[in-house]
Amino acid sequence: MSLDTVTLATDVLVIGTGAAGLSAALAAASVGAGVILADRSLIGRSGATIMAQMTVAAALGEEQPDHWEHHLADTLTAGRGLCDADLARLVCEQGPDEIRRLDGWRVGWARRPDGAIRQAQAPGHDRPRCVYVDFLSTGPAVAKTLRAQVIRQPRVTRIGDLCIADLVLHDGAAVGAAGFSLADGRPVVIEASAIVLATGGLTRLYQRNSASANMGGDGHSLALRAGAELMDMEFVQFFPIGHLAPRLVGMDPIMWDPFRYKLGGRLLNAAGREFMGDYGHEEQGHYNAPRDRATHAILSEVKAGRGSPSGGAFLSFQHVGADALRAAFGPVIDRLADNGIDLTTMPVEVAPIAHYHMGGIRVDAALETRVPNLFAAGEVVAGANGANRLSGNAITEALVFGRRAGEAAARRAGSMGARPPAGRPDAVALISTASHSKGNAASAIAALQTVMTTHVGPFRTRAGLVLALEAIDELKGALGDGPPGAPGPYAQARLDWFDLRGMLLVAETVARAALARRESRGAHQRDDHPETDEDWTLHQTIALTGGDLALGRAPVVGRPALQGAHG
Amino acid sequence: MTITAILIVRRGPGADAPSIRYVVPYTPGQSVLDGLRFVRQALDPTLSVRHSCISANTCKECMILVDGKVAYACTARLEPREMVLQPLPNKVHLRDLVTEIGPPDERLDHALKTLGCVPPRTPTR
Repeated sequence: MSLDTVTLATDVLVIGTGAAGLSAALAAASVGAGVILADRSLIGRSGATIMAQMTVAAALGEEQPDHWEHHLADTLTAGRGLCDADLARLVCEQGPDEIRRLDGWRVGWARRPDGAIRQAQAPGHDRPRCVYVDFLSTGPAVAKTLRAQVIRQPRVTRIGDLCIADLVLHDGAAVGAAGFSLADGRPVVIEASAIVLATGGLTRLYQRNSASANMGGDGHSLALRAGAELMDMEFVQFFPIGHLAPRLVGMDPIMWDPFRYKLGGRLLNAAGREFMGDYGHEEQGHYNAPRDRATHAILSEVKAGRGSPSGGAFLSFQHVGADALRAAFGPVIDRLADNGIDLTTMPVEVAPIAHYHMGGIRVDAALETRVPNLFAAGEVVAGANGANRLSGNAITEALVFGRRAGEAAARRAGSMGARPPAGRPDAVALISTASHSKGNAASAIAALQTVMTTHVGPFRTRAGLVLALEAIDELKGALGDGPPGAPGPYAQARLDWFDLRGMLLVAETVARAALARRESRGAHQRDDHPETDEDWTLHQTIALTGGDLALGRAPVVGRPALQGAHG
Repeated sequence: MTITAILIVRRGPGADAPSIRYVVPYTPGQSVLDGLRFVRQALDPTLSVRHSCISANTCKECMILVDGKVAYACTARLEPREMVLQPLPNKVHLRDLVTEIGPPDERLDHALKTLGCVPPRTPTR
């Protein structure tokens, strides 16, 4: 049985429906463009935003006087000399408007009795700057609020369960996308005057991650194959205190962050001793160590044989008291009890977990890639966060970049004449053809995650990275002759095949960039090159040239005097 | 000796679809979704069970029948016994444990109705 290809047309195609994609669709529609908003899963539920239980940084000045320049200074310092200062400035300068816009849409930011929006002081910030929605509801509230606005916007057509397999080019410019409907396997071509990639990060490449199954770097591989450049791919942020043990279901593994904002908590080694001071970060009940430093400290304790039984550190709130815990986290305490966790009598075990990726697609200040009419927004964009992202900047970045990319894409679509035809792209053949491939892509993905965790994690060596690249090459064999089985309703093994194809390509860019950068900086730590090298204050780019990945270099944009270059 | 759980899973499209028994390793605290993901990686990659967020219970995609009761596979606990897993009975069945759960106005057919299907054009060059 062959399924007929369906073709749709739109001014702006937005791929991905986290905060960046929803914002881009709203912005494009608000300046008059017709929009197709596509997601491989449920609209507004599929990316990292809905899982973010933490905080959003913006210089609102509600708790203390603040200015976006202070936020920018903290962002650049956290970025260890590698932020694109123009992109970072956009996030910090426009962040407050986005936070207040969401407030006007009743997102429900936590407030003080006097009506001011509460702002917590997160690690790396010089003052309280991070807003949130109680209890652990920041991401779901943001996603729900944006989704409600999108639904009210008649120019936006929402299509869920639509997996985009490739972008379509005409004379080197993006003119559309090809994919398939998961519900029935039908090939779909979308002709678009401009495209916004808002597909999120790539942390699914790792075994222990806080990602959704949709975050295997879809946008990175789509952009690469379309001719765009990626940048800073070696910088994967590990969130230091991801939940490790006992087994916790029904909660995001990064949930201990808000606990630490509100209650401090004590990070202990196997001997029950606080150790952050040994690494130059005196915590004294305050939660202030930057993420790269805390990850380094915890894994160093584990390496020295002082880790917790499951291979991490203990996090204890035993000194806090049941009443204070209940006041701060209400129903969350019951959800923990369902998992057999009583914080008044026991510590939990935590360890670094792949959480965010600083690198991504290289864009200009209008968020356009080097492929004409192809824009990007949110985590998939490189540059704003340098070598290490400041806490709270991810959703701010998604909102600011989403709006800007959506508006730019709409303006481009408005200024274009007739839309070039997308024709019948090569991807449609791949999507419609049955194969007898015997490879198990789900198993190969698990193997890839093990390789990346073992050799391309927070600590790297030349030998390990070489092994990783060999293993990635070997795993390409699992791709066989094409997606296994026949197209049809929810053919998940075929979806796995497309995921594996993209993940192998993106994993290779991370390992290649990590091997080439012979220094340690931010989230990239080389055991064989432990010092930060001033000569490496530059970006590495990577692109597909004639089917091969080629590394390049680019200077850091912006105001170096403001950037903290200390490793 | 390894303790195991036995998942009896409805397969295939169609009302008369067969069920298949999968024996998976069990450790306390695991979820039914952990067991199903083990099946997909180690025993049978063709098993379809939709999920995005894996374990955070935010995507709400993994709702199925566990021993006849509606539950999220990511929060239902795996148990060292036979467990019967079936797709939701009140939704259109797509394959295995997957049903059509997207809102009707967020599906491809709705978009085709709203925007109209464009006749394919071939680049002239």
